Amino acid sequence: MSGQTSGLAIETAGLVKTFGETRAVDGVDLAVPAGTVYGVLGPNGAGKTTTVKMLATLLRPDGGRAQVFGHDVVREADEVRGRVSLTGQYASVDEDLTGAENLMLLGRLLGHGKAAARKRGDQLLAAFGLSEAAGKQVKQYSGGMRRRIDIAASILNTPDLLFLDEPTTGLDPRSRNQVWDIVRAVVAQGTTVLLTTQYLDEADQLASRIAVIDRGKVIAEGTKGELKASVGAGSVHLRLRDPAQRPQAEVVLRTVLDAEVKPEPDPVALTARVGAGAANGRGAAEQAARALAELARSGITVDNFSLGQPSLDEVFLALTGHDTGAQDTTGPHDGATGPHTKTIGPHDDTKEGVAA
Amino acid sequence: MSTVTPAKGEGPAPVSTESLAALLLAEERPPRPGALSASLTFGWRAILKIKHVPEQLFDVTAFPIMMVLMYTYLFGGALAGSPTEYLQFLLPGILVMSVVMITMYTGVSVNTDIEKGVFDRFRTLPIWRPSTMVGYLLGDALRYTIASVVMLTVGLLLGYRPDGGAGGVVAGIALLIVFSFAFSWVWTMFGLLLRTEKSVMGVSMMVIFPLTFLSNVFVDPRTMPGWLQAFVNNNPVTHLASAVRGLMAGEWPAAAVAWSLGWTAVFVLVFGPVTMRLYNRK
Repeated sequence: MSGQTSGLAIETAGLVKTFGETRAVDGVDLAVPAGTVYGVLGPNGAGKTTTVKMLATLLRPDGGRAQVFGHDVVREADEVRGRVSLTGQYASVDEDLTGAENLMLLGRLLGHGKAAARKRGDQLLAAFGLSEAAGKQVKQYSGGMRRRIDIAASILNTPDLLFLDEPTTGLDPRSRNQVWDIVRAVVAQGTTVLLTTQYLDEADQLASRIAVIDRGKVIAEGTKGELKASVGAGSVHLRLRDPAQRPQAEVVLRTVLDAEVKPEPDPVALTARVGAGAANGRGAAEQAARALAELARSGITVDNFSLGQPSLDEVFLALTGHDTGAQDTTGPHDGATGPHTKTIGPHDDTKEGVAA
Repeated sequence: MSTVTPAKGEGPAPVSTESLAALLLAEERPPRPGALSASLTFGWRAILKIKHVPEQLFDVTAFPIMMVLMYTYLFGGALAGSPTEYLQFLLPGILVMSVVMITMYTGVSVNTDIEKGVFDRFRTLPIWRPSTMVGYLLGDALRYTIASVVMLTVGLLLGYRPDGGAGGVVAGIALLIVFSFAFSWVWTMFGLLLRTEKSVMGVSMMVIFPLTFLSNVFVDPRTMPGWLQAFVNNNPVTHLASAVRGLMAGEWPAAAVAWSLGWTAVFVLVFGPVTMRLYNRK
């Protein structure tokens, strides 16, 4: 086993990348412990992919330095390349070739002989449930299958560090769960995983430490617990039957939850943050249950109820005081820290251009 | 087994995390492949692409046949008395012209391919950096060979009789392919330099038309005005056409062969490093 169980897999200091006027990555410091899943969480255009590309030796940093297992990503790029694998946002396999051909191609490029490359490829295809699709061109694969062949290609030689750049963006829930299972299996064998994602839920499921990144800067870093404590445990979403009861419901919720209650644009909908602050964080479900009971006692009919984790938007709001501006991928972020004055529209978490 | 079970009858088989875990318990990593091995593997990739999209052979089959037929019968009567007579002069030249023209598709395929995700993966592999590009050119060398064989066959059917015999013909085609391999580095450079497929096509046309037409492929340059002769006589395509024509006619055109090989070296030594610089910076 070549993976290290102690020490740092990635260490960066003041990493900078500019594209013209835009500082896509603006002084990022990361310290990723080896043998863990490290989540990099942020909206589109935050600088996640650019950071990953610099760490994977695809882009040259304009400032600062970055080391992967102690090797400088610029001066010792070849050393770094020998130890990492990258699964990009779009499928990093040749879509014109079949799944089996792709693995054969990469197996050969990694130094395996023909027989060994074929054997390893067949085993991976079987483990990933792709044996039947082995002879099909990758362009005929579904989004979930593409992701799997892509990750299979990344672990032909078990890497010491695996970059997964938004591995589940655009996937259906079942495919997403499968990718999560794969990530867990990979890290269980000692590989360090750097995972970028737009979903707090995903970082929560997989990562042990999380860095939240916005406009090229790390705005929060810590364990999942620390991060959540700073945001609150989640939100209660309610739909009432009678819009006339909403003001009354608001009062009840505010009393029971001792939290901020927000009327939604929909006249029957309400949202309340629960468990804000570390002390209450544990009992979010109980608090919500008590609130429901209290509403029922007051004669307020609730049609629909859900308790959700805070969305990335809420995390951002809590951490930065501005929303994610997720649609804004190209705008010139000058790195100023003033309030972000983008119009807050319905937040669309799906990203364009994924596995068309 | 620990698996994620898909709904019945839809989607691919489940992921088996247990066999995956066993696979991840890696054996020793094999030693890195050498420069030649990596290049040949990328060449194999190019051939696989031809296998999956055989339509892309259109430009090395139908196009060359059209070129031979068109120019033989268009100019034959006027320039040499009869098409068959003219063909003896034209065939080696039109062969050179068509294959050199076909090389420009290299730039287009590099340009469309480089934007795809798979290039990020290639560029993170610990392999000899130029092997990706060399692989393209090896695949293209196969295309040039197909084009040459197709044109030669058509020529033989129409009455072309090379005095150099099989040896001369093979030597001529070999020189043409070596030259084209080297010349293709010009296109890999443009493929990486220009932003869109269309601009690559546009620039390629601007280069390839004067370079192939202003040569000795169709007529003897002695009939041309002096300033044009100056260009034509120093055009790499002229040197190559003279060399191939001579070899196929059973002569030993030492100067023309030397010039062609000299140009070959220049193309590789100048455009190879420029291409790799662009590739590393992409």
